[in-house]
Amino acid sequence: MSLRMPEPDGATLAKRADIIAALRAIVPGESVIDDADALRPYESDGLTAYRQPPLLVVLPETAQQVSAILAWCHANKVKVVPRGSGTSLSGGALPLEDGVLLGLSRLNRIIDIDYDDRLVVVQPGVTNLAISQAVEERGFYYAPDPSSQIACSIGGNVAENSGGVHCLKYGLTTNNVIGCEIVLMDGEVLRIGGRHLDPAGLDLLGTIVGSEGLLGVVTEVTVRILPRPQAARALLIGFPTVEGAGQCVADVIAAGIIPAGMEMMDRKAIHAAEAYVRVGYPLDVEALLIVELDGAMAECDHLTEEVERIAAANGALSIRCSRDEAERVAFWAGRKAAFPAVGRLAPDYYCMDGTIPRRRLPEVLKRMEQLSDRYGLGVANVFHAGDGNLHPLILYDANVPGELERAEEFGNDILRLCVEVGGVLTGEHGVGVEKRDLMPEMFSETDLAHQQRLKCAFDPELLLNPGKVFPQLHRCAELGRMHVHRGQLPHPELPRF
Amino acid sequence: MIRPTDEAELTEAILDAAQRGARLAITGGGSKADMGRPVEAETLSLAGLAGIVDYDPAELVLTVRPGTPLAEVEALVASQGQMLAFEPFDHGPLFGRAAGSATIGGVIAAGAAGSRRLSAGGARDHLLGIHAVSGRGQAFVAGAKVVKNVTGYDLPKLATGSWGRLFALSELTLKVLPRPPMAVTSAIAGLTTEQAVRAMAIAMGSQAEIAAAAHIPASLRDGPALTLFRIEGFAPSVKARGEMLRTVLAAIAPVEPVDMPLAESIWRALRTLDPLPADRPLWRINIPPSGAPGVVAALEPHGAAWLADWAGGLLWIGFAGDPVLVRDAAARAGGHAMLVRAPAEMRAHIPAFHPQPAALAALEERVRRAFDPLGLFETGRF
Repeated sequence: MSLRMPEPDGATLAKRADIIAALRAIVPGESVIDDADALRPYESDGLTAYRQPPLLVVLPETAQQVSAILAWCHANKVKVVPRGSGTSLSGGALPLEDGVLLGLSRLNRIIDIDYDDRLVVVQPGVTNLAISQAVEERGFYYAPDPSSQIACSIGGNVAENSGGVHCLKYGLTTNNVIGCEIVLMDGEVLRIGGRHLDPAGLDLLGTIVGSEGLLGVVTEVTVRILPRPQAARALLIGFPTVEGAGQCVADVIAAGIIPAGMEMMDRKAIHAAEAYVRVGYPLDVEALLIVELDGAMAECDHLTEEVERIAAANGALSIRCSRDEAERVAFWAGRKAAFPAVGRLAPDYYCMDGTIPRRRLPEVLKRMEQLSDRYGLGVANVFHAGDGNLHPLILYDANVPGELERAEEFGNDILRLCVEVGGVLTGEHGVGVEKRDLMPEMFSETDLAHQQRLKCAFDPELLLNPGKVFPQLHRCAELGRMHVHRGQLPHPELPRF
Repeated sequence: MIRPTDEAELTEAILDAAQRGARLAITGGGSKADMGRPVEAETLSLAGLAGIVDYDPAELVLTVRPGTPLAEVEALVASQGQMLAFEPFDHGPLFGRAAGSATIGGVIAAGAAGSRRLSAGGARDHLLGIHAVSGRGQAFVAGAKVVKNVTGYDLPKLATGSWGRLFALSELTLKVLPRPPMAVTSAIAGLTTEQAVRAMAIAMGSQAEIAAAAHIPASLRDGPALTLFRIEGFAPSVKARGEMLRTVLAAIAPVEPVDMPLAESIWRALRTLDPLPADRPLWRINIPPSGAPGVVAALEPHGAAWLADWAGGLLWIGFAGDPVLVRDAAARAGGHAMLVRAPAEMRAHIPAFHPQPAALAALEERVRRAFDPLGLFETGRF
């Protein structure tokens, strides 16, 4: 592993047996995993390039147990890495050699479904899809739908502020969560938000969502649910150029239309997907758009005509509209299988996640092509076109010495390019360990210090998920200093940290 | 009054205040100056940090300086067929000031959203990025100028509803959305509070995609109570969803169209709150919608006048009685009550914000100190 993680603490490693005994006093014996073979499944998450078996795994079943575990680890200065389903693509749940891996999968109950206020209260280990399934019979669903939704947990979604193909219209996790119960590193249990829309004080919930497991451990989540739209329809539109497809996207939005989903694939991704699932994607085009329209039937009819007109005006070579639900699903099947499909082109692929202002797309794709030549590695592109979120898939072979490193360097250059054109390092996968060392490309030291002070307000000992997000974790006392020249600090009575 | 005109001057002003041990009350258009405990503090006006920095309608992104008048921002996006979907709430008219005097920075700092908050999200959901100067006298950025971003902590969320207690904004980037070409309001007359909240819940749970839902009781009208539904979008869709609404509510009561002038006057009333008696303290109660009838039943017998927005999730209460009754009713319903408008002597001893549990208040205090270690922005107003 080329990644630098915090130096393991020898004292913690030496007292492993004591830690196991202490945690077995909190949860039943079999809920603490210490056997080397049994730890192996936990050694990485969805970012499999990095692996590290944890010190041990603990699987609590109640919020009280989570609180007791954290309080004990806090008192004994033991680091903790929270984990949901382990599907993070940025290494958010990568274990630490000297850290307890806190698995939340056994907190998996749906606590309440409230159709009057249109919300569901769940424990963090409930999967994203299970929420929608639980309310399906009454015609409701939970809108954010990350591609891993059959496996990923809502707790992990909160940590990563997960998105999905529908988030341009329906928002990310942060826009669909209204409350949570969180346990701080010292074991304190707090309720943040609730079943109402705005908080009584600071919007702490807004900072907890997307905090990548560094602020606290979520033990309950309240999400809003929506009535499923009456109709949904997909359009499959092929373009001779990426520019044409990009202009079509801009014109759709300029026409006042916010589609439920608007995806773009480049030639390589189209061919890979078609070879894999054979759904009839056009192969003579440079770019393919899938535009999903949903809502009332009358709205779908109206918008379908509008989008078809705009696509034709932008030189579309082919336009197909799904005639029924089966065909709509088929249109999506290729896009949803794009990652494994591209995975067949090379032994390994590496998925990136930058966002750019959409108008810069043709230029970014061109420069990505040049980088591809320079690194000697192929790249296929799928793209959440509506919101500018790119997913370049870099093709490599980890068995060829040096190729993983080259793929990572290529990926880093792509993300630098995203920042250079006014975009960001990650649109939905999170920083984790993967983009941690690139944070200075986007943020100054002062910016990062202001972010880390928020961390210090929640976890001043820096015991929760250290080594993620921040390229360097400064001691909180050091960050707290404020120098005032030409005089004394005012208000000596105020605490400072 | 300190009135910087750029970020460098703003930074200088904050550092200078730190050295002098002064406390700063941040203000924009002054529309909310009469909220909170009356205090003595130096005023740091952001009105001089004004103007549009960048607006690209196709990217759905607008970057402005905080002192830009709300009216100017709304006119700009309207000129491109767009809107701030959270329906920024202008506090000015509540305090007898002209509408449009609020600044966009003040709206964001108050997290103030209007009727469409129910369907489109609040100010928090539309703030993408910030430039700010913290109480450390350091300029920093957070978030970004694209609509989809999870890089680093979402500090912009702390800006909405911060009421100027963490940092001074110097620039903000907002998500804008297409303005619906059509909006139609329809209503049911004569429902009780329970029936109205029930009807609004059914409507919100239907496929009619209600943009806003509100209820005005008979006591505030020259006529029966009105339960209102606003449907927005493209004409064929608005028409079809209007039919859906009539169908799902058929068992409760007939839904009738409301003519445009009346509809506009009612939605305006939900912004200005004119129907509520101006001489009584004004409370803003945020609760789960199903809790609304309970709150009304607790306060109405004591003489409270009220309006419901957000399908019942937001109650505006004009009430001269015991503040404890209001806060207890809100808490019992699972929400909280903010004191918005009241005489200075009442504001001197009744806090504007609903008191938080001790552990949560302590965490909030630590978060505020993280950005403002000296308490420069703690004027005692909240």
